[in-house]
Amino acid sequence: MFALQFRDVSFARPGGRRVLDHFTLNVESGEVLALVGRSGVGKTTLLKLANRLLLPDSGGVVVEGCDTSKWDPIRLRRRVGYVLQDVGLFPHMTVEENIGVVPRLEGWPAERIAARATELLDLIGLAPEFASRWPDELSGGQRQRVGVARALAVDPPVLLMDEPFGALDPVTRAELQKEFRRIQNQLHKTVIIVTHDMGEAFALGDRLGVIDDGKLVACDRGDAIVESLDPRVRRLLDATTVIPTSERASVRSGPE
Amino acid sequence: MPGVFAFWRSHAAELAGLLAQHVLIVVISTIAAVAIGVPLGVFASRRPRLSAPIVGIANVVQTVPSLAMFGFLLPVPFLGGVGPRAAIVVLILYGLLPIIRTTIAGIAGIDASIREAGVAMGMTPHELLRLVELPLALPSIAAGVRVAAVVGVGSATIAAAIGAGGLGEYIYRGLSMVDTTVILAGAIPAALLALAVDAGLLWVERQLSTRRRTRSRRAAVSIAAVAVAAVLLSSGVVAGRAGGAIVVGSKNFTEQLILGELIAESIERDTGLAVQRRLNLGGTLICDRALMTGDIDVYVEYTGTALTAIFHQPIAPAAQLDNGLEPGTAGVYSRVRDLYSRSGRTLLPPLGFDNTFAVLVRGSDARRLGLKTIEDAAREAPHWRAGFGYEFLERPDGYPGLAKTYGLQFASAPHVMDLTLSYRALASGQVDLIAGDTTAGLIKGLDLVRLEDNRRYFPPYDAVPVARAQTLLRYPQVRAALERLAGRISADDMQAMNYAADGLHEDVGTIVRRFLDERNRGAR
Repeated sequence: MFALQFRDVSFARPGGRRVLDHFTLNVESGEVLALVGRSGVGKTTLLKLANRLLLPDSGGVVVEGCDTSKWDPIRLRRRVGYVLQDVGLFPHMTVEENIGVVPRLEGWPAERIAARATELLDLIGLAPEFASRWPDELSGGQRQRVGVARALAVDPPVLLMDEPFGALDPVTRAELQKEFRRIQNQLHKTVIIVTHDMGEAFALGDRLGVIDDGKLVACDRGDAIVESLDPRVRRLLDATTVIPTSERASVRSGPE
Repeated sequence: MPGVFAFWRSHAAELAGLLAQHVLIVVISTIAAVAIGVPLGVFASRRPRLSAPIVGIANVVQTVPSLAMFGFLLPVPFLGGVGPRAAIVVLILYGLLPIIRTTIAGIAGIDASIREAGVAMGMTPHELLRLVELPLALPSIAAGVRVAAVVGVGSATIAAAIGAGGLGEYIYRGLSMVDTTVILAGAIPAALLALAVDAGLLWVERQLSTRRRTRSRRAAVSIAAVAVAAVLLSSGVVAGRAGGAIVVGSKNFTEQLILGELIAESIERDTGLAVQRRLNLGGTLICDRALMTGDIDVYVEYTGTALTAIFHQPIAPAAQLDNGLEPGTAGVYSRVRDLYSRSGRTLLPPLGFDNTFAVLVRGSDARRLGLKTIEDAAREAPHWRAGFGYEFLERPDGYPGLAKTYGLQFASAPHVMDLTLSYRALASGQVDLIAGDTTAGLIKGLDLVRLEDNRRYFPPYDAVPVARAQTLLRYPQVRAALERLAGRISADDMQAMNYAADGLHEDVGTIVRRFLDERNRGAR
């Protein structure tokens, strides 16, 4: 069974520009799917459709076997972790309180929230004393880690990540990508990552999807994508100097 | 300045009471403005289309001068009238704009990604507001509260015009007696209070904007504690001061302050009842309204004023009532008494003097030009300037009729000025003719000459206490006390007392006690 499906989804921005045009994609349970495309091809829109921040104009988005239009949006969003492009940590809450937001909304008792925060801090590789820190006392990489921990707080089966490491320096980014793989090997979540960076997609994704002009033009394992002859895929690949494994991430590409 | 300290020393208890009233009015109205303004601001930021109209209305409210606002509220049942309640309503209205604005600005200033994070994590709109938007908007809202409270301290001084008490009472009293010391006695503590409120709330605001919730909590707790303490303390002081069975009112000029005090003191001496003084109300119509609504029980009115300004009756028939021989004193009195009795108010016997309008010129001009009557002055008027109190300019028995009767025409339109200040304006040559009170102490003090109303334009203005009929039925001893004053105050007595206050800057209470003591000795 697929954890997440986009079935023939079309979506136009309120301004009128069509972003997704009969877009179809199936994401398997426990896989990391990295979606690549140039800026403005609707990658963030895809994620917002997945947790019902948006509803499609036509077609359907199915999460855990149920169409998002039938999900209670609040319940759906608490089942789907979301790591935002610019993290969006709450500046008036400590790290522990940030991580504990969804558990608190779900009515967990305080001790359980505290225990969960400690567990997650350990998972994301931050020392326990970070619990009482404030977001403005953290480095960019630490903030991203907390953002991931916050998204994982109530152990959602699905995780959406929007350019999660885009704003970080190359060294930190490579480090976090490695950490992410380590965490994923423990948790086996269904993850969609969107990025404009082919290097990041190769580093993180079990499979890569390439979006162009509102459609999924390729979706396959990394080695197959590298071999692709499709000109739209080649354009993205040619803009990326693909360097074997660990150094891949240090290469910037794309218009941003 | 030393005079101010002496004044504070001799009025320490009263000062404490007025300060407490002031604080109480500001604290209550600011809390209420927060309770109304923050939800309105949140509502407006949820519906951007309504945001402009909401802010617009609050803006318009803010631009209404506070005295006008008190005036608008006078006839409004429950919210309006005179006294602290109306003042609190006005201060709430003034406080709304800054609070609504800063609430909207605080919420709008939150980073879109932070709000988006909240929504994406599955917060309901209510949870988003409680956990994210309000805490982050708090420093901005606190800034609005600070503005509202400081503006409130200022506006509350004006509220003394409608008998709300507070430090403005000294300012008004000082203005009406042209006594700078008394003005400063109210203005200095009011300014200090405003500075203290500003500094205190600025500290709270800084605490909140450090984004440290633990500290914010401490700040919130301390504000709440200070507010509660202020309310408790103030209401203690106010309650100790307020509770009076009989409320005596007065208008806002020296003679009225003296008469108000005289009536209050007489009732206290004769009946032993507790009397509350709500003196210095901002004009005839405010006093009348207050008497109607029961905010005051008794005040001193003038028959001619009641006839024309309150009951809107023409003057002429009144003057003809006794065939033009005497200027209609008895006729006007009985007509006004009948008119009052129809609306549950009782006119008591006249106090004994007639305070008609006195058309005044400088003594030097009168002697030089040989001026005796208003008719004489009409000849000189074309190269003169005139200054009148605003009430005289508007009243049916005031300037328009006077000008018509005597064919008065001045070099320019008459200047509008405070009645009490106009005496000094005349003496110092800024204007050449004014309309004052016959009994004004300053006529003698400043060498002014009263011109004869030879065409008998002005109706008689006998000073008479007017009281709520209900009050007199309930407390017959009050009626007896007021009747005992009948005919006891001559025009000379009144002028002497006015002069003691305006010219010699004696304390009103002292003047009144001395007068009553002498009377009693004379009676025995």
